[in-house]
Amino acid sequence: MKLHLSRRVRGHIATALLFLLALIAAILFILPTVLTISNSFMTEKEITANYGAMIDSASSDKKTYIAEELNLKFIPDKVSLQQYISVLFKSPDYLIKFWNSVILVVPITVFQILLAAATAYGFSRFRGKIREIIFFAYIILMLMPYQVTLVPNYLVSDWIGILGTRWAIILPGIFSPFAVYLLTKVMRRIPTAYFEAARLDGAGEFQIFTQICLPLCRSAMLSVGLLVFIDYWNMVEQPLILLDSEDQYPLSVFLSQINTGDVGLAFAVAVVYMIPALLLFLYGEEYLVEGITYSGGVKG
Amino acid sequence: MENPSEAVRKAHRKRRIIEEVKGWGWLAPSLIGVLIFFIIPFYVVIYYSVLDNPIFSNFVGLDNYIKLFSNAAFLRAAKNTAIFSGIAVPLSVVLSLWMAFALNSRIPGKSWLRSCFLCPLMVPIASVVLVWQVIFHYHGTLNQVTALFGMEPVDWLKTNWSYMVLTVMFLWKTLGYNMILFMSAIAGIPKDIIEVAELEGADEWYKFVHIKLRYLSPTILFVTILSIISSFKMFREVYLLTGDYPFESMYLMQHFMNNTFNSLDYQKLSSAAVLLSLVMIVLIGALFLIEHWFGKDVEE
Repeated sequence: MKLHLSRRVRGHIATALLFLLALIAAILFILPTVLTISNSFMTEKEITANYGAMIDSASSDKKTYIAEELNLKFIPDKVSLQQYISVLFKSPDYLIKFWNSVILVVPITVFQILLAAATAYGFSRFRGKIREIIFFAYIILMLMPYQVTLVPNYLVSDWIGILGTRWAIILPGIFSPFAVYLLTKVMRRIPTAYFEAARLDGAGEFQIFTQICLPLCRSAMLSVGLLVFIDYWNMVEQPLILLDSEDQYPLSVFLSQINTGDVGLAFAVAVVYMIPALLLFLYGEEYLVEGITYSGGVKG
Repeated sequence: MENPSEAVRKAHRKRRIIEEVKGWGWLAPSLIGVLIFFIIPFYVVIYYSVLDNPIFSNFVGLDNYIKLFSNAAFLRAAKNTAIFSGIAVPLSVVLSLWMAFALNSRIPGKSWLRSCFLCPLMVPIASVVLVWQVIFHYHGTLNQVTALFGMEPVDWLKTNWSYMVLTVMFLWKTLGYNMILFMSAIAGIPKDIIEVAELEGADEWYKFVHIKLRYLSPTILFVTILSIISSFKMFREVYLLTGDYPFESMYLMQHFMNNTFNSLDYQKLSSAAVLLSLVMIVLIGALFLIEHWFGKDVEE
């Protein structure tokens, strides 16, 4: 016999199924992050016992127990801050690498946004054929992968003698056109009447920029800043090619190496590393969504 | 004494010149930086790509490019990138579209679900790479799970299954971004058209295929090309997961570039960079054409 369900009931079932699927997907999405955090509260011994099989060198060490299989565990046997204490007080290496990340990423983010605001103002307030072509060139440059842009970056750094120093990453980062593109799109949506009114009141160009344009773009600048920050906080390609010594490596690159060495601490280091990004996410999710929405569509 | 109309025209011209100068003034700092760090050295890269070596500088035409096409490492990198994009990009588009519709339907807890989907965007890959390693290790979680269903263990990172590993990591990272792009596009579908269709008795499927998908088609193409471009950036994940020398099916273009940087083979580097930039320009050109055609079609 066929079940005759009313349209409403069928609708409810469909919604419930959809919700269930979405819920499972959502759990899968946060699982790696949650696991990283929960594992960071295990003792180093427990980590080695669970994941030691991953490291070749550890298997020769007979003193500690290492399971043959890797046991991905949710909840630590004993909650402990041992990993964090080791990271913060016993191995200054990680903190130095963390600092390396900060002094690369913060200047890039701040100056890229400031410079981009001025440039976007130029692109949005003053139109003209040549400027349109240049803006187009910026978009193309923005979309180029590192495989392409790192070669010119490398050559210039070599010529002007900054290769192997942090400047080789910071300077191209500041001039990267990503923020220019997004902010131009935002500024072009500001009605020109605002600017005309200010001009009639006798405001100079710089005044219009700082008093009218920037306040209107504050949330857009935060959104773009957030996107720029994550991108560089994650960087791997640039340090590998543009920096000489591993002492200067940011934590993003360095983490991949402790995975095979100091696995007992790795989870705590990983958590310390994701804290700034997670805090920004909790604080600025709306800005993040706004920023992504701006990036939809390539036209100005 | 010149006549008044002449004076007016002169004053007008003077004002236009001032405007023009001001406009360039706003652009100048960024423009100079972009020229120095990206554009000028890129011309040098093109120049290097047609020479035999930097010291004698003999013009060799397209020789370097021809050599590139017989370079096994380059071909492998190109092949791997193509296979991976071919699997990952369609999946990314379909799944993120599904997620966007799910979050637009009448299910509870939408803002929580959205946060979960967006979370991977903010979490640094370096932080969660340990969890990925544990999952995909030969003695790891995934094999333990598949063993429950009586399947043979698979060495995920060291066989052709690694394409799947790459795809999973790619989807995890990019679905949230694409989903937001789709959500803002869905919000832009005119409600009245859907209401009219409902009045005329259209079912869900008809509404989906003939109205929603049609309005979303420019965004779908946009997201597709954007995903292709971001699939070029997968090197990060692979490097953090497996280091400099991954299994051959994970050998990507950036690995090729890194190894060429290490040997400082300028000819190979330059020709590869130029070739890739051409591929990107074709993709970006497609992006613009799509915006141009479909943008008009839907706006009318």
